[in-house]
Amino acid sequence: MRALVIRRLFYMVPTMFAISLVAFLVIQLPPGNYLTTYIAELSARGQSVDQTQIRALEERYGLDEPIFVQYLRWIGGIVLHGDFGQSFQYQRDVSDLIWDRVGISVALALATIVVSWGLAIPIGIYSAVRQHSVGDYVFTFIGFIGLATPNFMLALLFVWIAFAYFGESVGGIVSPEFADSAWNLGKILDVVSNLWAPVLIIGTAGTAVLIRVLRANLLDELRKPYVVTARAKGLPEWRVIVKYPVRMAMSPFISTIGWVLPTIVGGEVMVSIVLSLETTGPLLLQALRNQDMYLAGAFILVLGVLTLVGTLISDLLLAWWDPRIRHAQAEEV
Amino acid sequence: MATGTDQDVLLEVRDLRTRFRTDHGEVPAVNGVDLTLRRGRTLCVVGESGCGKSVTARSILQLVEPPGRITGGRVLLHPDPDAGGADAGDGHASATASPAFTESVDLAALSPKGKEIRRVRGRDISMIFQEPMASLSLVHRVGNQIGEAIRVHNPVSKKEARRLSVALLGQVGIPSPERLVDSYPFQLSGGMRQRVMIAMALSCEPRLLIADEPTTALDVTTQAQILDLLADLQKRRGMGMMFITHDMGVVAEIADDVAVMYLGNVVERGTVDDVFHAPKHPYTRALLESIPRMGGARRDRLPAIRGTVPDPAKRPTGCVFRDRCDSAMPGLCDTVDPPPIDVGGGRQVRCLLYGGAEGRGPDDQVGGTGDDADPTPRTGKEAADVDAN
Repeated sequence: MRALVIRRLFYMVPTMFAISLVAFLVIQLPPGNYLTTYIAELSARGQSVDQTQIRALEERYGLDEPIFVQYLRWIGGIVLHGDFGQSFQYQRDVSDLIWDRVGISVALALATIVVSWGLAIPIGIYSAVRQHSVGDYVFTFIGFIGLATPNFMLALLFVWIAFAYFGESVGGIVSPEFADSAWNLGKILDVVSNLWAPVLIIGTAGTAVLIRVLRANLLDELRKPYVVTARAKGLPEWRVIVKYPVRMAMSPFISTIGWVLPTIVGGEVMVSIVLSLETTGPLLLQALRNQDMYLAGAFILVLGVLTLVGTLISDLLLAWWDPRIRHAQAEEV
Repeated sequence: MATGTDQDVLLEVRDLRTRFRTDHGEVPAVNGVDLTLRRGRTLCVVGESGCGKSVTARSILQLVEPPGRITGGRVLLHPDPDAGGADAGDGHASATASPAFTESVDLAALSPKGKEIRRVRGRDISMIFQEPMASLSLVHRVGNQIGEAIRVHNPVSKKEARRLSVALLGQVGIPSPERLVDSYPFQLSGGMRQRVMIAMALSCEPRLLIADEPTTALDVTTQAQILDLLADLQKRRGMGMMFITHDMGVVAEIADDVAVMYLGNVVERGTVDDVFHAPKHPYTRALLESIPRMGGARRDRLPAIRGTVPDPAKRPTGCVFRDRCDSAMPGLCDTVDPPPIDVGGGRQVRCLLYGGAEGRGPDDQVGGTGDDADPTPRTGKEAADVDAN
């Protein structure tokens, strides 16, 4: 097992390098750069732009240098000093801008996983064990509605209902009074109390998918001979089901942990914009539109690394969960 | 002996009926099966695929899954006449938690998910299956799966259960059981897996072991070893065994009694010597003739039973074997459903050649049309012919 962990950590190095390269290239792909956007903005407002001023800015940000030099300077700063560069737009260090947002995004993702698993697992088991029962149909119906309704639509509905019926203006995970304070217990409690609505809204579609997946997997497993063996031992029915087929049906769940994070981060952009949540999504979108390249690059890189870490965690969990995978991988080493 | 009132009778299956609900109506998989299982004896249930032998076995323990369900008949489990005394055997059954019951129980009347049937499963009657790979959980250690079977019925600690598991693995001939108790089934060979299944089934010292084609998925050498092991364990423990197979060679090797099944019915039952040396039902005769023999003339074609088994959803009226039968009597076999006929020596045959068409009306007989024919002289003559064979 330890060999497996070490090997997987070792594999992560070249992958991270590739991700950083791709992240940098992707933000360079659109024609122009921050300055061209900036100039376009200025001239749209009727201001003239001085050529020498542009040259000075280009030099200051190193935009006149070849791409690979820019890349090396960027990645060198990150690896050696933890310096992600400057945001053109905010005129601040990127590091100052992103970490709070990444933290909130990860917290939101984890909370969404916990809530959607907590709902999906019992419902999925019930739906499979009582297939074709009234409850199964009710959950299937609700699940399909949850699946078919776009999350931002739910978010809009939520905002409207909260405002129209409860007079509450919804928005933000961190309440204004805590916005600038350092992290303390009060702020954490505040975040938790504001988190439930976005978690439910973002989690609906995922929960519906998980219910369907678990139900389908479990229906396959319930027919397997080892379930009959367990019954023939004289075990109570619930123990038979929880110990054997559910265990087998859960494996795909565990392997999804790795990509739950990026889907949530990507999927919640619109929800976050509607609910004005301080997550990575809206800021990333804005940075991309303004060609604020170091800010966007930092986000993409950090999300890529988080995905890698998520995949590693899910692979290790899966090896722990299923001895067949553990042994197959141990033989490979 | 045939009446089933003697002390050695463990389990009696009487007129058992199990049906499966399908889109085309109810399909009877088991259609009035009678079986008697005795202590210390092995009953082989033989028949082609789909004849209902596995469903019969599962019905005994209420393990038939929906859309199947038991629709009629009784499965009487009799109490152990010397309960308590037989426990000295391997030392651990003395810890049995729930006391043995004292009256006969009709297992077919119990709820499939209830406590009563669960007490019987694994403790009084246990079962081993065809595919040891699929029948064991691949993600739980061998010791865990055996220990669990012990702990369901006996109040022992995990440590004690593990010790007993190691002992059981040793008894079923697994080398270095202390090491293998911690392995996973996917690390074992097919034969070893089946030994694990057997150890698990024997863990609570059952009085009856139901083996559902336990050697079919194994290669011939392993098959022979597992058969020897089962025969040996059965003899040493004095338990009854119901052995399901389609392999007549296996029957000859381990059976004391035989029940031949065809399309949900037991068509003939008796001791292995009687059935093999003087088969009465035309189906049994045809089955035995179709076994290849060593040293037989090579150019002779192996006799095969003509036709195919009818679709259980469209059971023909009368005798279900009549279309494939060389001795079928037109006007009689297609109208009268043959009842089980006692032919002496504890044998039973479901064939009109031996009687049963004398205007008797079994409850499921089609319209009683058999009364039109006058079967008596003819049946007698045919029966005499059969006996002369």
